[in-house]
Amino acid sequence: MIREPYLNAVLLVLLVAVPLWAHLSGEPYTVTLATRAVVLALAAVGLNVALGLGGMVSLGHAAFFGIGGYAMGILASHAQAYETLMDWPLVIEGTRSMPVIWLVALVASGLAALVIGLLSLRTSGVYFIMITLAFGQMFYFFAISWPAYGGEDGLSIYVRNGFPGLNTLVPIQFYGLCLGVLCLALLLVARIARAPFGLALGAARQVPGRVAAVGLDPTRLKLAAFVLSGALTGLAGALFADLNRFVSPTMLSWQTSGEIMVFIIIGGAGRLFGPVLGAVVFVMLEHLLGGISDYWHVFLGVLLLLVVLFARGGLIGLLCGRGAVHD
Amino acid sequence: MTDPVLETRALTKRFGALTVSDGITLDLRPGEIHALIGPNGAGKSTLIGQICGTIPPDAGSIRLNGRDVTRLGTAARARAGLARTFQISALAMEDSVLQNALLGALGAAGSPWRFLASALGDGALRARAEAALERVGLGDLATARTSELSHGQRRELEVAVALTLAPRAFVMDEPMAGLGAEGSLRMTRLLDGLRAEAPILLVEHDMDAVFALADRISVLVEGRIAATGSVADIRANPEVRAAYLGDDA
Repeated sequence: MIREPYLNAVLLVLLVAVPLWAHLSGEPYTVTLATRAVVLALAAVGLNVALGLGGMVSLGHAAFFGIGGYAMGILASHAQAYETLMDWPLVIEGTRSMPVIWLVALVASGLAALVIGLLSLRTSGVYFIMITLAFGQMFYFFAISWPAYGGEDGLSIYVRNGFPGLNTLVPIQFYGLCLGVLCLALLLVARIARAPFGLALGAARQVPGRVAAVGLDPTRLKLAAFVLSGALTGLAGALFADLNRFVSPTMLSWQTSGEIMVFIIIGGAGRLFGPVLGAVVFVMLEHLLGGISDYWHVFLGVLLLLVVLFARGGLIGLLCGRGAVHD
Repeated sequence: MTDPVLETRALTKRFGALTVSDGITLDLRPGEIHALIGPNGAGKSTLIGQICGTIPPDAGSIRLNGRDVTRLGTAARARAGLARTFQISALAMEDSVLQNALLGALGAAGSPWRFLASALGDGALRARAEAALERVGLGDLATARTSELSHGQRRELEVAVALTLAPRAFVMDEPMAGLGAEGSLRMTRLLDGLRAEAPILLVEHDMDAVFALADRISVLVEGRIAATGSVADIRANPEVRAAYLGDDA
């Protein structure tokens, strides 16, 4: 058994070293691949707050991922066409600035999570899964039928948005930016897991009746976690759209929700680096096996089965055992 | 006579044609242990559920410290000073013993909305949680995972979590359930010392414990209070003997 903090440190070192090595040896495609892994990891870190810490199995997180993507797409498409977003009652212009786009993505997906969470948390179990799925599909079909922003075809953005002091068109610089955001998110989630809020949330997941019996409201705790979760996944959506310079309803599809959940299951639900490891493994398989066969999902399915059958705590659970109670 | 801390008046609950609580009026006075006994199916759990706010009554009222709490939810009743323990231990099994006690302290302080501070690093919370663990004799096991505790230790942790709330009244649902003779004795001693802090409404099947602890006993039979009185009264009551204790009691 490896101690979990060591494994996390090794993962982090690899996330710094491998893309840097690829950059130095002139393989920008590998850097882009790593960026994809890191951004998907961020989406899964977001979902892990709901699923791992709060026990809310949401099959609608593509909605937040897509809202973040469309926040970027809408703002940037207006900026590239030199059109305002809105003239009345106040003038809102598009933007090419990542920090502004991120803020809009965080707020928009957080608000959507507040509304969806408020309605979905009246249910639990299978019904919660179904209602979040239904909300996700609502957003998907809305995006498909909204011609102003590309409808089914999606929106292309010609130049990647900018970040002060960086040239985001250089793959390694954009990668560094995404990794920095992921690290900040991990730091935040690690702090929250140990904070009074995290303690109460963990108890609300395990024994909601007990939480109510000590005078706290388990549903409100879960709702707050759901909002935070949606906002983080929305931020990942904005980065994902910027990585591809393209956003389409595919980001909102239920398959996207499923994939984000698969990262967590492979890596380990509730473990800090579980979603990171899961996303990295997924992207590697997608690249390595995708080159061999179009049907590489069969192998992913086998891996998923093995993990679910033999490693209930995901790969991190397999390598590290159960987490320490006090660390 | 001093005002009761907790009282129910004509509490009635029906499930379809079955009347599970039939006009139950009982009170819990300061400093006492009031035991509630009755055969299986008498409606004890339903009564506890109504008192703690998990089951809404059809009629009647519940007052805590003179305040009508009939319409309040579980969490609001806990904040008003009601602490319960569960018949089947309701603890966060993945968390440590200390973390379970901290949850109670957090509820008492009403401060779960802190996202960046460390829960274990909060001195005031921790002192409160550790004091409660010491009180029930789990001080040495604070860092153990709750799922590793024995059944008896889990029962004690249930009481510790209730203690962190510094409540006005305890409602304990079979704290001796599943305990051996020694565990029962430990629990009896623990509860005996608690009544000075807050009165206890004790639902219990263990008659030795009930007779050792109770200041008053109420007997619930088929949703009604069949008798209320001192230990001696209840032992002597022929109706109670017939309905519940058996003639050899």
